[in-house]
Amino acid sequence: MVLDYTQKVIQHFKHPRNVGEIKKPSGIGIVGNRICGDVMKVYIVVVRVKSGKNKGKEIIQKIKFQTLGCVAAIATSSMITELAKNKTLDEAMKITREDISKSLGRLPPIKEHCSNLAADALHEAIKDYRKKQKRDK
Amino acid sequence: MSWGKEILSKMAQSKKRIYLDHAATTPLDREVLEAMNPYFSDKFGNASSLHSFGREARKDMEEARKKISNIINARPNEIIFTSGGTESNNLAIKGIAYANKSKGNHIITTKIEHHAIEEPCKWMEKELGFKITYLGVNKDGLIDLRELENAINEKTILVSVMFANNEIGTIQPIEEIGKICKKQKHKIYFHTDAVQGLGKEKIDVKKMNIDLLSASGHKMYGPKGTGILYINQDAKIQGIQHGGGHEFHLRSGTENVPGIIGFAKALELMDENREKENKRLQELRDYTIKRILKEIPGSHLNGSMEKRLANNINFYFDDIEGESLLIRLDEKGFAVSTGSACSSKSLEPSPVLTAIGLKPEQAHGSLRVTLGKDNTKEEIELFIEELKKIIQSLRKISPFKHSKF
Repeated sequence: MVLDYTQKVIQHFKHPRNVGEIKKPSGIGIVGNRICGDVMKVYIVVVRVKSGKNKGKEIIQKIKFQTLGCVAAIATSSMITELAKNKTLDEAMKITREDISKSLGRLPPIKEHCSNLAADALHEAIKDYRKKQKRDK
Repeated sequence: MSWGKEILSKMAQSKKRIYLDHAATTPLDREVLEAMNPYFSDKFGNASSLHSFGREARKDMEEARKKISNIINARPNEIIFTSGGTESNNLAIKGIAYANKSKGNHIITTKIEHHAIEEPCKWMEKELGFKITYLGVNKDGLIDLRELENAINEKTILVSVMFANNEIGTIQPIEEIGKICKKQKHKIYFHTDAVQGLGKEKIDVKKMNIDLLSASGHKMYGPKGTGILYINQDAKIQGIQHGGGHEFHLRSGTENVPGIIGFAKALELMDENREKENKRLQELRDYTIKRILKEIPGSHLNGSMEKRLANNINFYFDDIEGESLLIRLDEKGFAVSTGSACSSKSLEPSPVLTAIGLKPEQAHGSLRVTLGKDNTKEEIELFIEELKKIIQSLRKISPFKHSKF
């Protein structure tokens, strides 16, 4: 059975944004497992903003992903990189699975768990970065 | 291969599609359509009516019944027309179980049956307290005959084993199973779901000791909504759809005369062309399997190489998820199927693939290609080229490392 995906889901699946690896990332988030079918890895580069409204805050300057998984897993991975780019870390931590689903039109109900994965991977990458920061202090 | 690329880009422009999912359904053969045509508006009579309109419909319907019975070496009164494989399977399981429940309440089947066997069995378990034994299979998808013999007890009334599997194409040792059922001291009915087998394989119900056999029209270039159940005339069975007493009081409902004519014509054509077409398909199948194994690293064939339907190809690819693969191929015009959990309603990987020993992560990466009479070698060349490209591209975005090919 092939699920009913929106055009936007298929678009992101066919042409995923920000695919790949970042060689020296500020943080990495890996979620999922092969048994359940989806594995997602998110790389972020964090910088401190020098001017403008977010002056002094840390933002996600670069974000990339690598995903093994179904159509929804790839599309939500692609979507989260777009949603998180140039966001402050606090803003990025607030991105939820509903945000991703909404941005993609919608996901078939049974696939909603896949978008959890994308948000989780991003949050894991931010936590990874923050943990490293603490350690370096 | 530059010519391949050229044709592929032409294909994309012209939106040509290549159908490689013949185990799901097949297109209606034009000859079958022609045979059916008169029975919609001209010879439209109700086959149960006594007047000339009814009589002419009945005559041709009975001719079709005879044709079908001849092909499988049965008698005409042993063929019941139904709405398809699912109905035939339901009638077989429930009909035998209800009629013989005083003799026993044990059914033996396998772990790789279609839902249309599994669900009626589960229902009998729940509603009438039947006991069901599900036989396992080896890595080729074959049941163990000794295990079958050991599973039989004095309460066993029915053994139901599919003729050929819809996913991996494994053909079971039907004649041997028939022998085992026959040699028991008490009567054990042997039913086979031959939805994927009839037409493709030579079936002789007498020689194979088959008591009941289900088949479907649309899997063999016949119309959808048509099927048969062969029932040995000595079998004790009860109808489960009650009404006007059609089909020897076993399946009430006005006969679908155009469908019945179409079913018979489709089977007749399959039977006539079987040997020649099987040889052609087998060559095409083996060519595809060889090339994929050789040219795509991390590719593994599922099922048996010897006991396999001539048109079935089933692989799994390391670090590939089947739904993604299917949608990417679909985009390029190739229609295939997968046993990945991510493409199923239940989000569970295919029970057939897990029964032959695949881990969930392996079943996720499965691809089924089922060839048909219109597929050519050129189409297969194009398919393999596209498959290679898509697997490379999906692995490129995966977090796991792969060697390039």
